[in-house]
Amino acid sequence: MVHTFFLNGYYLALDVNSGAVHVLDEETYDILNALLPGPIPEECGENVVAALSGKYPEEDIREIYGELYRLQQDGQLFSEDDYERFTDLMKGAPIKSMCLHISHDCNLRCKYCFASTGDFGTGRMLMPVETGKKAIDFLLTHSGNRHNLELDFFGGEPLMNWGAVEEIVKYARSKEAEYNKVFRFTVTTNGVLLNDENIDFINREMKNVVLSLDGRKEVNDNLRVTINGGGSYDIIVPKFQKLVEQRRNGPFPEYYARGTFTKYNLDFTEDVYHIDALGFDQLSVEPVIADPSEPYALTEEDLPVIFEQYEKLAKEMIRRKKEGNCFNFFHFMIDLDQGPCAIKRLRGCGCGNEYVAVTPDGDIYPCHQFVGKEEWKMGNLETGELNTEIKDKFACSNVYTKQGCRDCWAKFYCSGGCNANNYEHNGDINIPTKLSCEIERKRVECSIMIKAAMAENA
Amino acid sequence: MEHIKTINKANLKESCAKGGCGECQASCQSACKTSCTVANQECENQSRIQSK
Repeated sequence: MVHTFFLNGYYLALDVNSGAVHVLDEETYDILNALLPGPIPEECGENVVAALSGKYPEEDIREIYGELYRLQQDGQLFSEDDYERFTDLMKGAPIKSMCLHISHDCNLRCKYCFASTGDFGTGRMLMPVETGKKAIDFLLTHSGNRHNLELDFFGGEPLMNWGAVEEIVKYARSKEAEYNKVFRFTVTTNGVLLNDENIDFINREMKNVVLSLDGRKEVNDNLRVTINGGGSYDIIVPKFQKLVEQRRNGPFPEYYARGTFTKYNLDFTEDVYHIDALGFDQLSVEPVIADPSEPYALTEEDLPVIFEQYEKLAKEMIRRKKEGNCFNFFHFMIDLDQGPCAIKRLRGCGCGNEYVAVTPDGDIYPCHQFVGKEEWKMGNLETGELNTEIKDKFACSNVYTKQGCRDCWAKFYCSGGCNANNYEHNGDINIPTKLSCEIERKRVECSIMIKAAMAENA
Repeated sequence: MEHIKTINKANLKESCAKGGCGECQASCQSACKTSCTVANQECENQSRIQSK
């Protein structure tokens, strides 16, 4: 399968199954498009020459055809999809990654919150330390031969139960040598309760920290409001700046300022630039996950504007990269040479199989977005039960079982999309959401185009 | 005239030979939490990286 596209003056071809990216001239682009879907025979057919001879000299057509054929022989064009044999590899996989819901309470009332403003519809509650320690034990004993274990402190707002976080981290560290494991802690916070002490702890212990900020003050304060209805921007920005400034000198430089864009700020590139201008050069601004009936929800009619915004952002990033001072935008990160292996790309995030979420009362769900959906409860830390039927369902869900993914050129970049998103919109983890697919495909095109532009510059 | 410039090493097929170790980060443990973006995750398979 080959995907061709023209973007920002670049004629591009992605050979989906090998991952090869080719920058073409216009002539080659036209000829390749005439040859799709491929593969092609060694000799250029007279019908191909006839179809293009009005536009290009026959000699050029035959020369370019020969180049395309050589790419095919080298496995970089029209390569075969032979990955389906790997689909069962992750059945019975160890669980090595966890979203720990340390607090089902929050001190903000963000209007788009998928967690029902913090409690996931299950009642406001903080996780007892003992439950957190059992979660650590669960990971240690269910992670098989996996060395790196990931644990994200999530909520609600994790800082509302910070004493428990510190104790759980200390407990986990005390077990690393015995089990030959390394815990990689992360935390996702709204920043309201950040202070010198917890900033110091975060920067010492957390491999990554996700700082929630939507961008411009009026955009952020429209939806990210306090319990009293006031804006949060002025409270959190100076604290985030302090954290990031101190983090640069610590053992873990990684962080993300993470925003959400909605129908209210379709000009979200302005929010990207604003976040960068505040001093946060590692950033992500992502489309809101919402019921389509919500006034802030993104709908298919917004796609042209969203596409235009992503293109605008990509062009600006190229300009800044060439100047040597560009921020990093999470959704345009792509490694065309040494990214994840194809086996990883078949099934994406690993939720429900390698990755689970644990609630304050010890219930286990496939991921944070399934929490509160009783039908997806997989077990409980107290009882030790774990529903392997649900685990296997996720293990066996992949780009070949998901509707439409097999024939999609972007399948090895999004890996079938978000299972929770699929379930929420279509009632089935195997039916992707059209809106998300369209947005993802645009982002991948922009990411590849940026690589092409920078390769030209190199 | 150069008609085609290939900008990467096409290694998706080769990646399977030593792939599937499961050590790489779950994508939702990075920045997203609401969107599945996998191609930007780093490979953590030391034997695969060292063979390059």
